[in-house]
Amino acid sequence: MLHHCALCHIDLDKVSVRRGGQVLLQDVSMHIHCGQLTVLIGQNGAGKTTLIRALLGQIPHTGVIRHVDSHGLNIPHLRTGYVPQVLQFDREMPLTVQDYLAAAVTKRPVWTGVSKKVREKVRGMLRDVNADGLADTPLGRCSGGELQRVLLALALEPAPDLLVLDEPVSGIDRNGMRMFLETLTDLRRTRHMAILLVSHDLRFVREYADHVVLLEKSVLTQGRPGEVFASPEFSAVFGTGGEEEEDS
Amino acid sequence: MEGIYGIMEAILPLDAFRFDFMKNALLAVILLTPLLGLLGTMAVNHQMAFFSDALGHSALTGIGLGIVLGLRNDLAAMLIFGVIWAILICLIKQSGSASTDTIISVFSSTSVAAGLLILARGGQFAKYSALLIGDILAVTPQDLLYLLLALAGTVILWTVLYNALLMTSVDPMLARSRGIRTRLIECGFVVLVAVAVMLSIRWVGVMLINALLILPAAAGRNLARTSRQHAAWSVGTALLCGIVGLTASYYLDTSAGATIVIAAAVCYAVSLAVRGIRK
Repeated sequence: MLHHCALCHIDLDKVSVRRGGQVLLQDVSMHIHCGQLTVLIGQNGAGKTTLIRALLGQIPHTGVIRHVDSHGLNIPHLRTGYVPQVLQFDREMPLTVQDYLAAAVTKRPVWTGVSKKVREKVRGMLRDVNADGLADTPLGRCSGGELQRVLLALALEPAPDLLVLDEPVSGIDRNGMRMFLETLTDLRRTRHMAILLVSHDLRFVREYADHVVLLEKSVLTQGRPGEVFASPEFSAVFGTGGEEEEDS
Repeated sequence: MEGIYGIMEAILPLDAFRFDFMKNALLAVILLTPLLGLLGTMAVNHQMAFFSDALGHSALTGIGLGIVLGLRNDLAAMLIFGVIWAILICLIKQSGSASTDTIISVFSSTSVAAGLLILARGGQFAKYSALLIGDILAVTPQDLLYLLLALAGTVILWTVLYNALLMTSVDPMLARSRGIRTRLIECGFVVLVAVAVMLSIRWVGVMLINALLILPAAAGRNLARTSRQHAAWSVGTALLCGIVGLTASYYLDTSAGATIVIAAAVCYAVSLAVRGIRK
């Protein structure tokens, strides 16, 4: 194993989110370890997206989110990378993958063109997520799987401490999903970061996750995939045949 | 100025450009159309065509308020009011209290009504009707200097904002996750559009200003694949239509603003056809 630092982790302690008198998240406590693929599961409305937004600092929360190094010391800044579930954009926009990524990594406005140096950089970013050759494709012409890779490339630049991915519910076939998860598995070995994936496909969770967290406003149970899937809490949420139902 | 006129006469041996007012008009067109073409690309991508239309209408209120408050300078009154109006629309839009087109429509109609209320007091509106259609032949060398300064300022701000704005128009939440202050960026953009619209309105007119902002960018969008091509096509189309429209208006004895917009509309139709053929 190439885990650079399996002891670094993001530590959530009693994180709660309330909005308009409604409790969206209640006392969520969990660790997201560096070098591991942590998967968040739960039904619709369980608060998965809310938790992500709290982690990304986009909504206010109570409780503590800390980034802790191997000696238990706080690392002050948590750099996050985020891959959204879907990108709802105007697909007719004249914009290539290269334009989009270049806009994110340089100050030079892309309407004046993209320098050779940045072109190389963008190609490197795409290569890292097995998306070579997409640079000149218009963003709106990318398939669901291609778009997800482009977004992953974007999320990895600059290198995050925590990579957060909201897995698409549709638009990507199983093969594409498997390829994507393989890429993630490689990344968690070779890069110094923690990965949190919100998943809707339980079969893949069993296969790829290192750590599974079952959420329903708060953490119902967490642990290795086998443990969580065998737990009474899991059966209560998904039913005994939950895994198969999700697959159909 | 004389030097520039001399060069223009050498390059443009056309009858139309013997007159200084035509030379001034042409210079104004050369300064204004690329600016509008450039800003238009993002107005189109950001789906703000209707918004810029509302901004144009607010010029009426701006002038009206300027008169009520006793401001001598129409342009200053329009600029101040336009910018405030733009920021207001932007803030209300971001609060998400109603759908964007409803909000814009409310603002647009309110500003037209308020403008007319003030300007048409005692049947005086005829004095201001030139605002509706604009008069590009009234440009003075001093106006050109202001235009040049405004153009430089806008291009600088535009250069600073562009990438963040592009990220925002694709996906605001993702842009925010990357530390882009999307609300500030959006407001910065609407202020830029407001300034550009107010600068142009005396010469292009309330009724036509939006066409100049949107048509070249919409045509460019049909032809371009990349951001750079979009900017190039849009600026090129705007400039070409501006020059051709102005020249044609002299010989056809038509309204310059209207002729420029018709030229842009023709370009849009051609771009649509080209796009159809490519597909």
